[in-house]
Amino acid sequence: MTTTVDSIPVSAGAETEVFDLKIDDVRTLNRAIHQASDGQSFTVDNPGGKHSLAVGINAGIDVEINGHAGYYAAGMNQGGRVTILGNAGVGVAENMMSGTVHVTGDASQSAGATAHGGLLVIDGNASARCGISMKGVDIVVGGSIGHMSAFMAQAGRLVVCGDAGEALGDSIYEARIYVKGTVASLGADCIAKEMRPEHLLELRGLLHAAGRDDDPAGFTRYGSARTLYNFHVDNSSAY
Amino acid sequence: MCGIAALQLRNPELRPKMGSLLSTMLCEIVDRGPDSAGLAVYDNPALVTEGQSTLSLLGGDLGLRPADIDAFLAGLLPEGVESQVKVVGDTTLVSAEVPAGELAGAVARACPGAVIAGRGGRVTVMKSVGHPMEVAERHGLGGMYGTQAVSHTRMATESAVTAGGSHPFSVADDLCLVHNGSFSNHASVRRELKRLGVEFDSENDTEVGARYIAHRLEQGDDLETALVNLGQVLDGFYTLVVTTADSMAVVRDPIACKPAIIAETEDWVAMASEFRALAELPGIGNARIFEPEPGRVYSWSL
Repeated sequence: MTTTVDSIPVSAGAETEVFDLKIDDVRTLNRAIHQASDGQSFTVDNPGGKHSLAVGINAGIDVEINGHAGYYAAGMNQGGRVTILGNAGVGVAENMMSGTVHVTGDASQSAGATAHGGLLVIDGNASARCGISMKGVDIVVGGSIGHMSAFMAQAGRLVVCGDAGEALGDSIYEARIYVKGTVASLGADCIAKEMRPEHLLELRGLLHAAGRDDDPAGFTRYGSARTLYNFHVDNSSAY
Repeated sequence: MCGIAALQLRNPELRPKMGSLLSTMLCEIVDRGPDSAGLAVYDNPALVTEGQSTLSLLGGDLGLRPADIDAFLAGLLPEGVESQVKVVGDTTLVSAEVPAGELAGAVARACPGAVIAGRGGRVTVMKSVGHPMEVAERHGLGGMYGTQAVSHTRMATESAVTAGGSHPFSVADDLCLVHNGSFSNHASVRRELKRLGVEFDSENDTEVGARYIAHRLEQGDDLETALVNLGQVLDGFYTLVVTTADSMAVVRDPIACKPAIIAETEDWVAMASEFRALAELPGIGNARIFEPEPGRVYSWSL
């Protein structure tokens, strides 16, 4: 179990390249981001819900998006620190490898889908399928999450400071889920588990990294009952 | 995929700008369905007249001159009732001071084969194939006044790319339905509704949804109950927007695969497939913005 997590970025602010998406197009922004090197920073004004903003970051850069982003914002992020000052559309930080993505508003469906690493912080609510098939990312949601979240989650941690919708953690593998509020229902093979000291410790670290001061003791841990891992001999008659 | 953008204007001062606001919204959902489009606009004094029924017929050229249609209708409508026929883009509008059903009967005889895409006292429905912005342009959307309006850009899946297969579907007075998604059991529901005497214009899945809602409303359901019942009977993926003479409702299927976002201020309520369609609305910076929860019916009345 790892407890090290990146913290939310503080912009260095030396030389910031500004893109105004009322004038500049998304491809121009993304091309500049792909050519950037560690330490550079970018500001995106008037995002207007456009899709694929700041996707494919592959350096330690800072990107601040001033407004609401459309689909797949900060997708495939590797090492970047992206802040969205607003809401994010479907699939924010999908397939993130490392770095941080911080959404100050709400996120739509499939936030952090299939992400392998890094930290995704959503201050507001996240819709359905948050953390679907997550493969190592840490996700901290300040509000509530929708149904079918952490579906087939394989690794990583999902922290929810509000409530969780139906079928949480359906067919979950080894990801760990912490929920402070209520869970509408648990998915197949997902169960509530004991909060041991190491879990309180890792949860404190995650909340801290997300800039939150919730008490870890108020959360319940959920994870895999591991009953779907192996073929059950009682089912052999079905074949 | 398909795109939806709908707007209800609470503040009368904004109503003269309905067309320009809806055009801006429509422009942002073109990518979601570029093959055909449809518009429904409520209470536009250039298109509908109070006290009269208006039928929206598909096609700007029905093979008859408007004056000839007028002349045919004169012999079919009660004595003293005058009809008005005008062509707006790819749509022919027929109005008269009789109930919409009676007018529809007369139109069916005067223009056999004409498809009625919209009916009622307050709504006009304009549908066509081609680029959605060109469809809007041909109908002069930009300058239109309106209280409520709905637009739809279609990426056809369940039936052909035709004006008749475009949304909205308007099958009862002032009732319009637009749909993002697909109904998988539409054939069985259509068969059941036909058995109950409901008639259909197309093989389209969304028409089944519209006919089902109209049927439920006829049975005494209010709009909200009709939409809850739709969820029990129709299977598939859907985000739906339904408008009546003075209300608008939004519902998503319980799995919520199809997107929807709502923004609301004191002056208006808007729904779209994506936020980018709402980004230029006046006062959006202070709007309450949220995604409708799956399976829950949201409605607003003027």
